[in-house]
Amino acid sequence: MYSEKVMDHFANPRNVGEIENPDGVGEVGNPVCGDIMRMYLKIEDNRIVDAKFKTFGCGAAIASSSMATELVKGKTLEEAWEISNQAVAEALEGLPPIKMHCSVLAEEAIHKAINDYRVRQGLSPWGEKTPHYHEGGEECELPEEPQGTAGDGALQR
Amino acid sequence: MVLEPRVIYLDHAATTLTRSEVVEAMLPYFHDRFGNPSSIYRIARESRKVVESARESVARALGAEPGEIYFTSGGTESDNWAIKGVAIANRKKGDHIITSSIEHHAVLYPARYLEKQGFSVTFLPVDSTGLVDPGTLEDAITEKTTLISIMTANNEIGTIEPVREIGKIARDHGITFHTDAVQAVGHIPVSVKDDTIDLLSLSAHKFNGPKGVGVLYIRKGTRIDPLLHGGAQERNRRAGTENLAGIIGLSTALEIAMQSLFREMERQKKLRDRLIAGLLSSVPHSRLNGHPEKRLPGNVNISFEYVEGESILLSLDAHGICASTGSACTSGSLEPSHVLLAIGLPHEVAHGSLRLTLGEENTDEEIDTVLGIVPGIIERLRAMSPLYPGKEKECHV
Repeated sequence: MYSEKVMDHFANPRNVGEIENPDGVGEVGNPVCGDIMRMYLKIEDNRIVDAKFKTFGCGAAIASSSMATELVKGKTLEEAWEISNQAVAEALEGLPPIKMHCSVLAEEAIHKAINDYRVRQGLSPWGEKTPHYHEGGEECELPEEPQGTAGDGALQR
Repeated sequence: MVLEPRVIYLDHAATTLTRSEVVEAMLPYFHDRFGNPSSIYRIARESRKVVESARESVARALGAEPGEIYFTSGGTESDNWAIKGVAIANRKKGDHIITSSIEHHAVLYPARYLEKQGFSVTFLPVDSTGLVDPGTLEDAITEKTTLISIMTANNEIGTIEPVREIGKIARDHGITFHTDAVQAVGHIPVSVKDDTIDLLSLSAHKFNGPKGVGVLYIRKGTRIDPLLHGGAQERNRRAGTENLAGIIGLSTALEIAMQSLFREMERQKKLRDRLIAGLLSSVPHSRLNGHPEKRLPGNVNISFEYVEGESILLSLDAHGICASTGSACTSGSLEPSHVLLAIGLPHEVAHGSLRLTLGEENTDEEIDTVLGIVPGIIERLRAMSPLYPGKEKECHV
């Protein structure tokens, strides 16, 4: 059911671990629903110079985290903000429909980590999409089928 | 038994391979002896004869009369027939059904369907080992209760229910008792007479028979409507041309399973207990799900905290090990197994469950291999998990 790329990023995940003194951290998901993604960013001159992750979840969640850290590295914050869940899924050569929410988590983790950095810098956070997970985790409905194009993740400042 | 040598198959509760002796026994009934048992010419009469002798053989294995054995398309049909057939046939008498919260979906969903049709259903809770309490069950009985359905053994956690006590309670109250014995028949002794069972479901592919064929045992005198209406097959109770080869396969597989039942039970229990003890001792933050003793000889179900089940399965698959999990990620929903939630596991622990179910081709060497591989897999996944407190903190938890 998974592409070779997903299996590769599951078996050999890139950038696993934590960053000491990170400039931004974003955690999304809920253990009740079976996945938590935490992303650590090192940022210099508005550019992401390092990214690491820790994830509790299925194969797709681990592969999406791994791919997301690969995609953000070297990008400016504006560029990284525009990485959509579809972009993560496409880079993984596709995800099964039921697993698309893992790529949504990856997009949300990037946004959370960038906004964590902005808040730490005394800047106002950029507008995030409404998270699909409820605060208490009681309702863990799957997101709607992916809509629109890869451009949907455009800056919402 | 032909499996790829590098594959270690530990998912026998999902399905088993069809034994080669069984395939041999089935083959003539596809081509040479294909006659419809309902027709009158010679090759048809031969078909009738073998179906009836298969029926006698199955009856012997269950302690039943041949006239009480009805061939179906498998466990799901048998369960649906029992639940809906008894509920509808006795509707004038009452509209209340009692079952448990850990039944297979083939029982739970027909029960929920009947709720929509105006029946009331009690889903009994279970204790932390998965046992139904007969006292609680008796308290749930009302004068409207017409059916009690409690499984003989649970497919996920292997817990063996007190079917004999429940059967007696049902009989004392004049209520029909059905048991889903799909995981039990061919694996532990089951007797419809000793356990006062009125209806029993079984499925051939769980004991090295073919898929797509099963049985509903119906005690003589039980009020039940047909599920499938049509031809006069199965004494007017189950329409549809008999699955001739499948029926031969089912009875042959059951005969072979019964011959080595006790020997194989003892052998699998040893493998099972070694697997359980080995995993619990080598992996911290792990727990056994299900009852430690009242348990199917081939069932191991363990939760590993801080990791998710599908990741475990994918990692095992890379080593050629086939297993199963109660995690949501393999079920197509975000809810983990209803059975693991019913025994009180928190969601996040239920997501980290691993089910290994043994069969007769499993060996001591395979258990050693699995015991050598699983701890490393869990350690690797935990190193990735943001929930894991870390090795150094383990002794304080």
